[in-house]
Amino acid sequence: MKTVFQKPEAMTDVPMHYCPGCTHGIIHRLVAEAIDSLGIREQTIGVASVGCSVFAYDYFNCDMQQAAHGRAPAVATGIKRVRPEAMVFTYQGDGDLASIGMAEIVHAAARGENITVVFVNNAIYGMTSGQMAPTSLLGQKTATSPRGRTVEEMGYPIKMCELLATLDGPAYLSRVSTHDSRHVLQAGKAIKKAFEMQQQKKGFAMVEVLSTCSVNWGMTPANALKWMAENMVPYYPLGVYRDVTAKEGN
Amino acid sequence: MPRGEVIVNKELCKECSLCVVACPHGVLGIGKTINSKGYHSVEAVAPEKCTGCTLCAVMCPDVVLTIKRKSPERK
Amino acid sequence: MAKTLMKGNEALSEAAIRAGLKAFYGYPITPQNEVPAYMAEHLPLRGGVYLQAESEVSAINMVYGAAGAGVRVMTSSSSPGISLKQEGISYIAAAQLPCVIVNVVRNGPGLGGIQPAQGDYFQAVKGGGHGDYHMIVLAPGNVQEMADLTTLGFDLADKWRNPVMILGDGILGQMMEPVEFAENQEPVNVEKPWATTGAVDREPNIVNSLDIIPEKAEKNMQALLAKYEKIKEEEVRWQEDGTEDADVILVGYGTSARVARSAMELARKEGLKVGLFRPITLWPFPEQRLRELAKPGRKFLAVEMSAGQMIEDVRLAVNGVSPVYLSNRLGGMVPTPEDVLTKTRDIVQGRVN
Repeated sequence: MKTVFQKPEAMTDVPMHYCPGCTHGIIHRLVAEAIDSLGIREQTIGVASVGCSVFAYDYFNCDMQQAAHGRAPAVATGIKRVRPEAMVFTYQGDGDLASIGMAEIVHAAARGENITVVFVNNAIYGMTSGQMAPTSLLGQKTATSPRGRTVEEMGYPIKMCELLATLDGPAYLSRVSTHDSRHVLQAGKAIKKAFEMQQQKKGFAMVEVLSTCSVNWGMTPANALKWMAENMVPYYPLGVYRDVTAKEGN
Repeated sequence: MPRGEVIVNKELCKECSLCVVACPHGVLGIGKTINSKGYHSVEAVAPEKCTGCTLCAVMCPDVVLTIKRKSPERK
Repeated sequence: MAKTLMKGNEALSEAAIRAGLKAFYGYPITPQNEVPAYMAEHLPLRGGVYLQAESEVSAINMVYGAAGAGVRVMTSSSSPGISLKQEGISYIAAAQLPCVIVNVVRNGPGLGGIQPAQGDYFQAVKGGGHGDYHMIVLAPGNVQEMADLTTLGFDLADKWRNPVMILGDGILGQMMEPVEFAENQEPVNVEKPWATTGAVDREPNIVNSLDIIPEKAEKNMQALLAKYEKIKEEEVRWQEDGTEDADVILVGYGTSARVARSAMELARKEGLKVGLFRPITLWPFPEQRLRELAKPGRKFLAVEMSAGQMIEDVRLAVNGVSPVYLSNRLGGMVPTPEDVLTKTRDIVQGRVN
């Protein structure tokens, strides 16, 4: 029999610290598979952020930098501008990218910075134990919205793909999900595409990956996938929000 | 003779069951043995039904599963 | 090379480019605007990258990225902007990344004003950001030194894998003086095997400041502190003049040292035995030499454009052996030689406690 699925080379053997069923692990693997399939591991420099994925530098088998909270796009810009031949990606959560790091991501996108951004949106702060995120849904109960998020008190969740799609800078913006195997495979394709855009020097590429946080959502991993499909996907519609190569192709 | 085979790295398993739910043929189940982290690792409870489709491994967050298959999947 | 008349900010920019600067990331703020303008004009034409960041916060994190990728990189700002960079500087110090940070100091606190001051002394030499760390802090006293200490700054940054700050002020940045650059200066090429350049035929490199295991984190800190001790042993720099027979030693850096020198010259003409001690490295502070100079009967006068900051390090150095007095101006006002002379006379004649 032939091996048809195994750990990608771009992942280390370090066991991941994520909670049972956390889809961060799936997304890490998709990034590593994209790096492997493009054969770019030796030229890749990743930037880990602050949040649950803070230890991402231990899990990717390529050069890594660990960035301050929200600053990964600035760090990636600093790297890419002096090493344009490198493949530079950031891996950021929703607190990191859509709250404290909003300025950095918007300006990196506006500049059309030739980097790949993997944005993991699980609608909550996981690492700090379940506070409200900029992407928490209306009505969602968290440690800091114990009666549910209300418009009056906390305003609306932020839709990053739609927001960045108002800019001319981005080359590729896509939102995918991890709620079942079919969508995970689609997510993998989108992440690979986001690296290809950088390879082809098209400019800023971001994939927003909807993700779960079963522990802080207070449900089993399997139920968390179901909750994501039923609640997050309707509010955060999946799809491609920008693809400059699609325009070129047609 | 099954078409596929699931190899479980039991030490990495966290008992999340996402693979169990993902498998269309009921190949996998939570086992009785406990790994060093205290989780009941998943195991192939019906290995004869495995087709090597990889859907379980696709949903596994911890790269616990390696999949072997007799011939490449038909496209 | 013939001498050229240049502003301090331009001289340091030119020196940085000659030192092999590969990237400048900045954000506009007065009174350092000549630096990014010079960089934008010249750096891209001479093999480097100029990028105006969206904020000082982003600029310093771009510096982190480029320094981690193994190139010579710098940023410059002025006081309120340097406050915004403190988080990044703490990370840079912790990750042991070499870079040069220029602070053309203006008066504060808050938005303060745009006039020259030295109120960022504590911030520069005591840490500024969170945690136990130090930058190497260089204090130029004229336009030539704005250039020379920038060159030195890049070498020290690479040698010690540590951020280096050039602590100037609005006067040093804006004033014009003749400056000379060495002919055919070849930038030093330092091997950086730790840098993230792509993991070809080696294990991945990780640029990081995080360690949540206390035992390991303490070991990391001890290694960092051991490095700081070595820097203290090897890199202290200062200048002194007329200290041998001095009854009063004026202590000042940067613009204050220029004023103090004029005051010293006036005092000597009056027959007062006055000397000048000018720290060039503010961290490491030349405490050993000041300790040697302290003796009963000798007095020190700290000249500052801040509310009595450097004076604390002078007092720590002389450790009670000699009294230390303060002559200062605030709010962007510059002390005059006459101000300092008056205070010196008072000290000599015992009119101050």
